[in-house]
Amino acid sequence: MTALAGPQVTTFTAFRATLRRDLLIALTRRNDLLNPLMFFLIVVSLFPLGVSSDPQELTRIAAGTVWVSALLASMLSLDNLYRADYEDGSLEQLLLSPQPLYFMVLAKNIAHWLVSGLPVVLLAPLLAYMLYLPADAYWTLMLTLLLGTPVLSLFGSIGVALTVGLGSRGLILAVIVLPLTVPVLIIGAKAVADASLGVSLGMHYALLGALLALSLSLAPLASAAALKISVN
Amino acid sequence: MSDSHIHNPDASGAVPLLRAHALFCERDDRVLFSGLDFDVQAGDLMQVQGSNGSGKTTLLRILCGLNGSYEGELYWRGVPIEEDREGFLASLLYLGHRVGVNKILTARENLRWSCALHSPVTDNDIETALARVGLAGYADVICRNMSAGQQQRVSLARLLLNPATLWVLDEPFTTLDVHGVRTLESLLAEHVLAGGAVLVTTHHPLAVPCTLRRLNLDTRGANNS
Repeated sequence: MTALAGPQVTTFTAFRATLRRDLLIALTRRNDLLNPLMFFLIVVSLFPLGVSSDPQELTRIAAGTVWVSALLASMLSLDNLYRADYEDGSLEQLLLSPQPLYFMVLAKNIAHWLVSGLPVVLLAPLLAYMLYLPADAYWTLMLTLLLGTPVLSLFGSIGVALTVGLGSRGLILAVIVLPLTVPVLIIGAKAVADASLGVSLGMHYALLGALLALSLSLAPLASAAALKISVN
Repeated sequence: MSDSHIHNPDASGAVPLLRAHALFCERDDRVLFSGLDFDVQAGDLMQVQGSNGSGKTTLLRILCGLNGSYEGELYWRGVPIEEDREGFLASLLYLGHRVGVNKILTARENLRWSCALHSPVTDNDIETALARVGLAGYADVICRNMSAGQQQRVSLARLLLNPATLWVLDEPFTTLDVHGVRTLESLLAEHVLAGGAVLVTTHHPLAVPCTLRRLNLDTRGANNS
C-alpha cells in the first residue's frame, strides 16, 4: 500500500486550483458573467424613468437604489454557485477531497464575488453619476460596496448550498438569503446617504467590516455543512 | 440469508482496510439492509450485487461518507472512520453515477482540478492517463463535445492519476464500449494486484485475472468466488 500512497497536495494548491477552475468556468460562460451586470444596469436605469427625472429627487434615492440593485444582482447570480457542480457530480468530488472544506468553499465564494460582485463595485460610480449622487459620496459608495458585496456572496452561498438539492427552488432562496443580507443593505445605503450630508462614517465602515469578518469566518463553514446535507 | 459475520480471521490477523459492522439503512420505511458485515482487504476486488433498488448505490455512498443516514460502524484500517476522516479521504477515490466532469471545461482542465484536490500531477501525466483510457489527443477537447462514454473515460483517467488505495466505483461500465470495458477491467486488476482494493457495483460480468469477491445485497453476505 505504501507504493500507492502518493505525495499529498497542500491546501493552498487545492484552494488555488478551485479558484482557478471556477473563474475559468465563469469566463467561458459569458452569459452568466454578464447577466447580473446587465440586470444591475437595467434596474438602476429604470428608476429615473419610473420615479422622476428631477435631479433632487434622484439624489435622495440614489444610494438606496444602487444598493438594492446590487443586492438583487447578487441574488440573481447566486444559483450558478453550486448548481452545475451538483448536477455533474463535481460537488461530490469536492466533498470527498481530503482538503478542509472551509477553504474549498471559500475559494468558490471568492470566485463568485470576483465575477459578480467586483464588476458591480466598478460599475457603481457610473450609475451613481446617472442618479445625480453627489460627487463626494462616490468613494463611500464604492468602499461600502467593496466591503458589502463579499458579504452578499458569502451569506448567499449558505442559501444556495441548502437549496441546491431541491428540484424547484423558486422563492425559497430569497427567503433564506434576504434576512441575512438586509443588515448589509441598511448599513451600506445609510453610509452613502450620510456621506452626502457630511456625517462621520466611521461607524458604518466598522459595522460593514465586522459583518465581512463574521461572514468570512463563519459563512463558509455553514455552506460546507449545508452542502453535506444537500448531497445526502 | 444469514447475517453471518464474514470477517477474515486469516490473512495473518492483518487489519482490514475497510470494515463495516452491523450496517443498517432504511429508506422510505423500507429496510435496504440490516446487520450487514463485511471486510475489504488490500488486494480485494469486491463486486456489490443486487437487484435494482437493493441499495447498492446507497451502500457505496454510506461507505464514502456522502450519505449519513445509516446505523452501524465503519472502520478504516481499524480506526473508526469519523476519527480520521481526512486520512480516509486521502486514500479514497469515488466515481459515482454522475461522473464529476464539467462539460464547459476541457478534459485537461477537469482532471487538473480534480487531481489538485488529491495529488500533484503534470500535464504529461494527464496526457498519458488519457491515452491509456483511449482518449489520446482529446486533452483539449471541451467535454460538452464528447459522447457520454468519452466523458466517462475522462473520469476514469482519474483512477490513473490519483494514488488512492480504495476505489469505490458506482456502475463504471454503463456507457463504455467493448474496448473501454476491457481497459477498465485491466485497470481494476492492476490496482488490486498492486495492493489496492476496489468496491464496484455493476451488472456486467467482470472478466478479471484476479479473485473476485461478491457482496450480494439481495441475499446479504459476502463470499469469495
